[in-house]
Amino acid sequence: MARTLVNVPKKAKRGEVITIKTLISHIMETGFRHNSLGARIPRDIIDSFVCTYNGEEVFRAALHPAIAANPFITFHTVATESGTIAFKWTGDNGFSAAASAKITVE
Amino acid sequence: MSARAFRYRRPALAAIIAAIFTATAFSASGEIPLDQRRSAYADMSRDNKAMQDDDTSNPGMLWVLDGEALWGAKAGKAKRACADCHGDARASMKGVAARYPAFDATLGRPVNLEQRINLCRAQRQQASPLPYESKDILALTAFIALQSRGQPIAPPDDKRLTPFRDAGRTQYSQRQGQLNLSCQQCHDDNWGKNLAGNTVPQGHPSGYPIYRLEWQTLGSLQRRLRNCLIGMRAEIYPFGAAEYVNMELYLMWRARGMKIETPAVRP
Repeated sequence: MARTLVNVPKKAKRGEVITIKTLISHIMETGFRHNSLGARIPRDIIDSFVCTYNGEEVFRAALHPAIAANPFITFHTVATESGTIAFKWTGDNGFSAAASAKITVE
Repeated sequence: MSARAFRYRRPALAAIIAAIFTATAFSASGEIPLDQRRSAYADMSRDNKAMQDDDTSNPGMLWVLDGEALWGAKAGKAKRACADCHGDARASMKGVAARYPAFDATLGRPVNLEQRINLCRAQRQQASPLPYESKDILALTAFIALQSRGQPIAPPDDKRLTPFRDAGRTQYSQRQGQLNLSCQQCHDDNWGKNLAGNTVPQGHPSGYPIYRLEWQTLGSLQRRLRNCLIGMRAEIYPFGAAEYVNMELYLMWRARGMKIETPAVRP
């Protein structure tokens, strides 16, 4: 199971710009490497990351083979209302992981 | 020159030569004064420091989460979890990593934290040992060592460890490999200078297992020592070899009093 770590401020003022940090464990195998026998190691990466704020998409990223293992993604959004910020990572071989955090907007 | 004048000058010459030899001997065996020791953390960029300092951006914490799950998971024929004997790791494992490697009376030799975990698995859980550098052993070690974060390294005052620590010290100061280098030449005599683009660190084992950006994964002190040996073009010992444990004993003693940083991030 992929481990995730997300950092969302618990409280924010309405209209405030907040920083969100996410980290997920994944090998991000590029597909360009070969093993000791010369066989190509098949690609195994996360290729998509989506963040939704109370169901509305606020951030999306496409990931490619050059990205290092355990991708760390940080971005900003505007705190509009209290609710849930949800994260979803999807990738090769049916990979899927999700995490979420609550935020209170005053 | 008269014979008398020559005799007069000889003691002075001998004193100069003796002074030179003493000076060389001191610089060759020059251990870093206690107050000048520093973790390689101090040499890192601001970004790398921020990565280590924040538990939600330190990738080592991903292994800690795995370790926490393993701590509570039943394993082996005994169907027992670490937590069944040791309880809450936050209390029972506090300070443990700061005093390892420790002497194991049954084996008659020191064991490091990874070996202790595997001994526990064999004796108490009747489970197969976790292979060196496997995800699970790194996760458990990181989780246990995290409980000592911020505590000073405190090597046990155990006379039985002395011969092993001395063997580690000898290895540390002995020239080896095709480059004919000793650990000491870099890490005691030339720390803080540049080796290609990198700052030569003092080589303190304060943050293991570490997340090394170059590895893109967590790794043990043994893996790091193998790195250095390969760099010196010296013989690498197999994982778990007594040489690494002796070296770890000496390095922990050398870093006594410095704070545990596990899981540290290094470039």
